[in-house]
Amino acid sequence: MSESLIVFEGVSKFYGEVLGVNQVDLTIAPGVTSLVGPNGSGKTTLMNLMTGLVRPTQGRLSVIGLTPDDPERFFRTVGYCTQFDFFPPGVTGRELVWDTLRLHGLTRAEASRLTDEAIVRVGLTEAADRRVAGYSKGMRQRIRLAQSIAHRPTVLVLDEPLNGLDPMARAESIALFQALAKEGLHVVLSSHILHEVDRISDRVVLMSNGYVVAEGDIHGVRSEVTEHPMQVLVRCPHPHRLAARVFAHEHVVEAKVHADGRGLLVRTRDAEAFYRLVQGLIVDEGEEIDTVAPADDDVHSVYQYLIGETEAS
Amino acid sequence: MRTIQFLTILRRELAAQFLRWRGAWIYPLALGPLFVISMHALHDRSPCRLDEESAILAGIFQYFYLRVAIFFACAAVFSRLFRGEMADRTLHYSLLAPLRRELLVAAKFAGGLVAMLAVFGVAVAACFYVMFGHFPDGRAFLAEGAAMAQFSNYLGVTALAVLGYGTIFLLVGLVFKNPILPTLLVLALESWSGILPATLQHLTVTYYLKPLVPVEAPVEGISAIFTVVVDPPAPWLSVVGLVLLAAAGLVYASRRVRRLEIEYTTD
Repeated sequence: MSESLIVFEGVSKFYGEVLGVNQVDLTIAPGVTSLVGPNGSGKTTLMNLMTGLVRPTQGRLSVIGLTPDDPERFFRTVGYCTQFDFFPPGVTGRELVWDTLRLHGLTRAEASRLTDEAIVRVGLTEAADRRVAGYSKGMRQRIRLAQSIAHRPTVLVLDEPLNGLDPMARAESIALFQALAKEGLHVVLSSHILHEVDRISDRVVLMSNGYVVAEGDIHGVRSEVTEHPMQVLVRCPHPHRLAARVFAHEHVVEAKVHADGRGLLVRTRDAEAFYRLVQGLIVDEGEEIDTVAPADDDVHSVYQYLIGETEAS
Repeated sequence: MRTIQFLTILRRELAAQFLRWRGAWIYPLALGPLFVISMHALHDRSPCRLDEESAILAGIFQYFYLRVAIFFACAAVFSRLFRGEMADRTLHYSLLAPLRRELLVAAKFAGGLVAMLAVFGVAVAACFYVMFGHFPDGRAFLAEGAAMAQFSNYLGVTALAVLGYGTIFLLVGLVFKNPILPTLLVLALESWSGILPATLQHLTVTYYLKPLVPVEAPVEGISAIFTVVVDPPAPWLSVVGLVLLAAAGLVYASRRVRRLEIEYTTD
């Protein structure tokens, strides 16, 4: 089973007396997994641990059955796009990727073929032969991405891969991550851009102060946050009438008409009971309802509830 | 596959040594004596004696090349093999590659060796031929087989000096974040090796190189008074000792690199 999973078992990392991450028990399956948390929460430490750039103070971890102690096998399987925005002096984008592939022991021809493929994938064909020192931040981000995917890894670790990208490049990168995940890769990424994390993630790992606060499918994580009543948006033509009907129920904490006057925003302690209530109103009392959908089971809301950072916009 | 990896790292190291301004000061340092010897050959009209010229060359080699030029060049090059990439924040590119850490250490070390041997091998060879090539007795000496033996000895000692100092400074760069103080300590040991107690002399590279040099440089002045005479090791022991030092140093360096962590993190 662990041959297809990334597994952390009681992993802690301390930098002297400074906590990096503490007692992390985590299992990551294939697909897109996002690490979410404020600066200093331990996201980069977790990624560096995963790729052997730092070693755990306690605990053990394995990436699809491999550990960084066997770098020859490990780094054929794992690609890591770090946040370190530094490059060997004088190197061009193509040389950076090509050199990495030569370090994989590939022949010149094979390295050239995979270099071209990776550069096309990140959309840097025209700039590939220019020196990286002259690249914009977004281009540097993309060439690092190319360098990390060029050897066709099974596990791709991306530290803030959307930083510095313009909206077009960001959309292209997200499409690339999704395509890679569809190909069966583990894509583990960290990001501050929560609405985009929401769009692309199969699961999230919320981190704060070196601890994993919550992890899993975002809807599942949201349902476990019981101290914050669930928000549900009910689209209907008569929201005032609906408000009067639902407010009588004990599990409904708040009901307010949506700003556009075409819906009702309900906060309830028991989402399942509320859904049954709405169903009853439609079937038994002929209430007109267009749509019913959760309004706060996204990463942003969960992040706010669990970590409470206002910067998370 | 490992050959490709080795050659890729070697090429990168050679490019780093030869194509960057950072190391450009090594060339004038290596070629400085050649300039002085050339001036002497061109402008000194007094009659030259083979034994005198030979002693001058031995002095330049032992006091300038071994104790100053090769020492400082190796300090700069080998201590930066890993520490330099840490400072440039580019070491992770190597550590995230599927290559054995032993191979990384060996290839980087080989890169430093080749670069230093190229620079100082050429410099010492040029000094040797200019020193003896500018007067009739010298040219006659160069035509004999003995000159070739002496020339080979100089190159061999140069190679062993690079090997010895290279090993020491590879370790200094890996163990110490700031290599300046340990470098000064090694400099003091090597510079004053002749006046140190016998036990300390055994810890210097100079002690093992001394019996290998083809012509003993004269010791004059105040240092002659304080010189502690120690039995030199047998030449074979010197060679084996320095090779073993390098081997042990590489094994230790590999272990350090296997445990090396990248701490130029932002989070």
